[in-house]
Amino acid sequence: MKSGTSNGYFGQALKRVEDPRLIKGIATYVDDLRLPGLLHAAILRSPHAHARILGVKTEAAKNLPGVAGVFTGTDINPACGLVPCASSMPGLKAPRHTMLAGDRVYFVGHPVVVVVAASPAIARDALDLIEVDYDSLPAVTNPEKALEKDSPLTHPDQGTNVAFTWLLANGDVDGLFAQADRVIKQRIVHQRLTPMAIEPRGCVASYHAGEGSLTLWTSTQIPHLLRTLLPGVIGVAENKIRIITPEVGGGFGSKLDLYVEEAMCSHLAMRLGSPVKWIEGRRENAMSTIHGRDQIGDYELAVKNDGTVLAIKARTIADIGSYLQLLTPTIPTLTGLMICGCYKLKAVRFELTGVYTNKMATDAYRGAGRPEATYAIERLMDLAAAELGLDPAKIRQKNFPKPGEFPFQTATGLMYDSGNYQRALKKAQELARWDALLRQREQARQAGRLFGIGLSTYVEICGLGPSKIMAAGGWEWGCVRLEMSGKVTVITGTTPHGQGQETSFAQIVGDRLGVPMEDIVVLRGDTASAHYGRDTYGSRATAVGGTALIMSVDKIIAKAKILAGALLGASAKKIDFRNGRFWVKGKPKNAIDWKRLGQEAYEAKNLPANLEPGLEASSFFEPKNCTYPFGTHIVAVEVERETGDVKIVKYVAVDDCGPQVNPLLVEGQVQGGIAHSLGQVLFERTVYDENGQLLTGEFTDYPMPRARDIPEYVIGSTVTPSPSNPMGVKGVGEAGTIGANPAIANAVMDALAPLGIRHLDLPLLPEKLWRAIEEKTAGRKMKKPRSQS
Amino acid sequence: MKTSVNIRVNGTSRTHDVEPRLLLVHFLRDLCGLTGTHVGCETTICGACTVLLNGQAVKACTILAVQADGGEVTTIEGLASNGRLHPVQEAFWECHGLQCGFCTPGMILASVELLQHNPRPSREQITHAIDGNLCRCTGYSHIIDAVQSAAKKMARPEKAK
Amino acid sequence: MIPAAFDYSRPQTLEEAVNLLAQHGEAAKLLAGGHSLIPALKLRLAQPKTVIDIGRIADLSYIREQDGRIVVGAMTTHHAIETSALLEEKCPLLPEVARHIGDVQVRNRGTLAGSIVHADPAADWPAAILALDAEMETVGPDGPRVIAAKKFFVDLFQTALRSDEILREIRFPVTAKSVAYVKTVQRASGFAIAGVAVVVDAPRMTVSVGITGVAAKAYRATAVETKLAGQSLSAENMAAAAAKAANRVEPLGDIHASSEYRAHLAQLNTRRALVLAASRA
Repeated sequence: MKSGTSNGYFGQALKRVEDPRLIKGIATYVDDLRLPGLLHAAILRSPHAHARILGVKTEAAKNLPGVAGVFTGTDINPACGLVPCASSMPGLKAPRHTMLAGDRVYFVGHPVVVVVAASPAIARDALDLIEVDYDSLPAVTNPEKALEKDSPLTHPDQGTNVAFTWLLANGDVDGLFAQADRVIKQRIVHQRLTPMAIEPRGCVASYHAGEGSLTLWTSTQIPHLLRTLLPGVIGVAENKIRIITPEVGGGFGSKLDLYVEEAMCSHLAMRLGSPVKWIEGRRENAMSTIHGRDQIGDYELAVKNDGTVLAIKARTIADIGSYLQLLTPTIPTLTGLMICGCYKLKAVRFELTGVYTNKMATDAYRGAGRPEATYAIERLMDLAAAELGLDPAKIRQKNFPKPGEFPFQTATGLMYDSGNYQRALKKAQELARWDALLRQREQARQAGRLFGIGLSTYVEICGLGPSKIMAAGGWEWGCVRLEMSGKVTVITGTTPHGQGQETSFAQIVGDRLGVPMEDIVVLRGDTASAHYGRDTYGSRATAVGGTALIMSVDKIIAKAKILAGALLGASAKKIDFRNGRFWVKGKPKNAIDWKRLGQEAYEAKNLPANLEPGLEASSFFEPKNCTYPFGTHIVAVEVERETGDVKIVKYVAVDDCGPQVNPLLVEGQVQGGIAHSLGQVLFERTVYDENGQLLTGEFTDYPMPRARDIPEYVIGSTVTPSPSNPMGVKGVGEAGTIGANPAIANAVMDALAPLGIRHLDLPLLPEKLWRAIEEKTAGRKMKKPRSQS
Repeated sequence: MKTSVNIRVNGTSRTHDVEPRLLLVHFLRDLCGLTGTHVGCETTICGACTVLLNGQAVKACTILAVQADGGEVTTIEGLASNGRLHPVQEAFWECHGLQCGFCTPGMILASVELLQHNPRPSREQITHAIDGNLCRCTGYSHIIDAVQSAAKKMARPEKAK
Repeated sequence: MIPAAFDYSRPQTLEEAVNLLAQHGEAAKLLAGGHSLIPALKLRLAQPKTVIDIGRIADLSYIREQDGRIVVGAMTTHHAIETSALLEEKCPLLPEVARHIGDVQVRNRGTLAGSIVHADPAADWPAAILALDAEMETVGPDGPRVIAAKKFFVDLFQTALRSDEILREIRFPVTAKSVAYVKTVQRASGFAIAGVAVVVDAPRMTVSVGITGVAAKAYRATAVETKLAGQSLSAENMAAAAAKAANRVEPLGDIHASSEYRAHLAQLNTRRALVLAASRA
């Protein structure tokens, strides 16, 4: 990367600047905030998936000492707008998403009454004093049955359970399927997942009646989008709203939303004249924070006998739950856009139907639509290889675009920016000692053991993105200010919540300015300091937000050269700049540094005419394209016949996210992402029963990976810079989740292949594997258990 | 009916009149102002609220403050001594054993307890010791690295700098 | 997350505790380590008027050998059992089971007595209590009473303990090393989907098998025991006997395991526990 100076920070595995406060326990999360006069909100939620509300009795709760107010939908909804959805899909049917339930509830967890009280304990006690009379109605829980004629309706007033249909069709699909030697068909269920950030959501709203201004502290990934969206809900102007995200204890997409509680606490703070805090309980989090995935797809892949893939078709149903959250309808469309994976498919037809059910809404969860795509295409490639008797690595290689073919246009219309898929695959195979691994499998199989190897060569879409493809702007904003003291303040419009950009952005800026990192502070997550931003999701912060900072640094350097020139008696063109020092060409001994420039810029006594005081610049970066990180994951597993337990015996990940600002942080993102996939593949699933009751509402019922489940990784990388931004960075926040999923699943299916088992849907729970093994080996037909969905 | 409770927290005696239903975690957070101890679930699973009670790692969300009356509690805020980080804190920092930081205080205290009685734990012993602590960000690998690194630090006699 | 309000008392003697319990009756709950009660309080599944904390009663936490038996006090934590050298030597099934309970933090606080009184059908201890034919000594207004393991677990969350009684001590036989506990864990909660505790009495050529997690209450797998009584512990014999591990019980089915899989795991873990215990003889 071109840089005026270098401290050599870029590329170094530096420890994080943000960590001391976190490891000392003195960081501030939302629940840690204490404000004078703070009131506490608690929410009574529906125990029914679908019911009519016949009556609500709140008198006893209102009379409890310490209760400041009890509000129903009748009290709150007329005073507030609706929860917004940013997707602008043609024909989208959107139910009115009010703050509290009106005369009906549509999912278990639907907010019905809110209590505000002097303490969390009183608010909680008051909930027990409220009586709600429900008339239970039939719940829609199966998205396929929901499309049948006689199905009950999630929202009876809409007359249908279909929220939207969406078609992506490019190329001569029918012609290519006619030319195919074989068509590989597979129905795949992408199960619903619960993100389960360890910090539940929470917010504190405070209204200044004198100023007419509202401050909202909230555990969100998107303070700036909230500031844009909240005025429409609570009637306070955008420039009177300040959103602050203190520390955020994990998001994974689940805090990429405007939620009812954020708007409602804001409204209540205004209404009651006191700050109001709401902290989500874990059960509430499982019920009423968005879920992820939940698609059923019938996929068909047209292939030639030599392994050439021609075209892909999919008919997909997305179970989106009962309401639209911010990006609900958009997420499954990303599956369509990425369905070609790393392969030179010539045509695609992706038909998507979004279906309302009486469940919590789905929305972005780590990977957001792309894990479904990668999983589907990578399963299909394995099934194709198996049917054609080809090596799974070779069939992939055969269909990769070659490095010289980039930028590569996919059949879905995306332009993959840069790539060298062969190199990543080769490196992963080397690290996995592929041939030895094949021999190990052979030996294990001869000994009667169920040993499998899985491969995934993935590509994902990151660095979102050009504004024309985004609902509300895909640019990013950043500001860099050299202070009078020579210290540097960096302000980013992205909102890191664990990714470590206080460190990586200081590395980027420190290098380019030639300023020690200790002198740099990175501010984020406060709309009063970061005036604009589009926040953190879609692995975009470094690629888009980092670039906005580079642009700002370059503006400062340009201005500083003018100032230095004036001080040194030369024109700016004659000024050299390196390592934080400016001098007239050929006279490096007579240099001036940032400290001096800071002083001069703000004292402003020696400025050249027409030069404004100060050394500050802000920039909006509008990317021309997304970025497309890629890689190869190779996994070996052994399945225990008698229990169906899966043990991961080898895990190799080679990811290419372009140049790495901080390899330690990249590794952390990859490992964390893989863990989410490991959970999804092996045991995580959100379960609603046929009545719409949520059966995975606590950590005691929703299993997540623990330390003991984690294999020892072999992690490698390749570096293929992206042309989409000056650093060439691509993003890595979701790579692990997208790449790992099919690799682990393919390994398990490979282990079971000798038994004649072709495909099982995720999660690959021990019982599911045990049943499949029993059916094939003991030849007995197992009853389908009621408890297995 | 409130009850007086005295707990020695990070070496300082703290006396408060509390409702018997008050959980230790809320005593620490709301009455002592020590908000480093976090609440991540209500079912004694996630371990974000882990503190040391009389030297043992416990989940402060499943202990009533009245039960800890007369006891000694170490929270994450009390782990560093004289401004110097505990070796486990240092190791978490160096090994990138945290991302969002929410599970970190509990994870660190569970690790501290392990190293108190097992100064050279195997990888398996480490994962066993932090089985009661969930992390959704790191994928645990760097946490395991950190505990191993801390064990090495603590085994080395302190060198004068 | 916040329990309903309750009154609290902290008796100093067992006698005082018994009196308090008699006074408050059903409206009171006893608090030992709190790792069964407090979660129920927080979710408001339990809303007692009074909580009687027996945690400060002197000498309820002990593990000793007494008259040829092992006795464990009511307030003894899982951790104390896990790390007891005496138990490792004289009743090694107990530390082995303790290691499978919850996690470090839970074991540091939770107590043996608290767990078995709660009678969660998926808790680990009941398997060992049954396999070891433990005796529960209670104390109540009418004085002490001894309840045999076989009579103790009545149903889901129900024991033979009367509401005015306190479990004071649990007594176990001294055993050989030929014991084992094999468990399939419900990975979210840490409880057992199928936990099998086996005690092999080689000289008498008998085995006893306690199984938890599989049915609405923990049970003795008598069909397995009968099949193996007086038989050599060959692989074939053990496998044939283990196949009877779920006989005459109605296995539970839920999202974590169907009844069919639970029955299978009961059989499998029984076989594995038998093999393991026999190998330790």
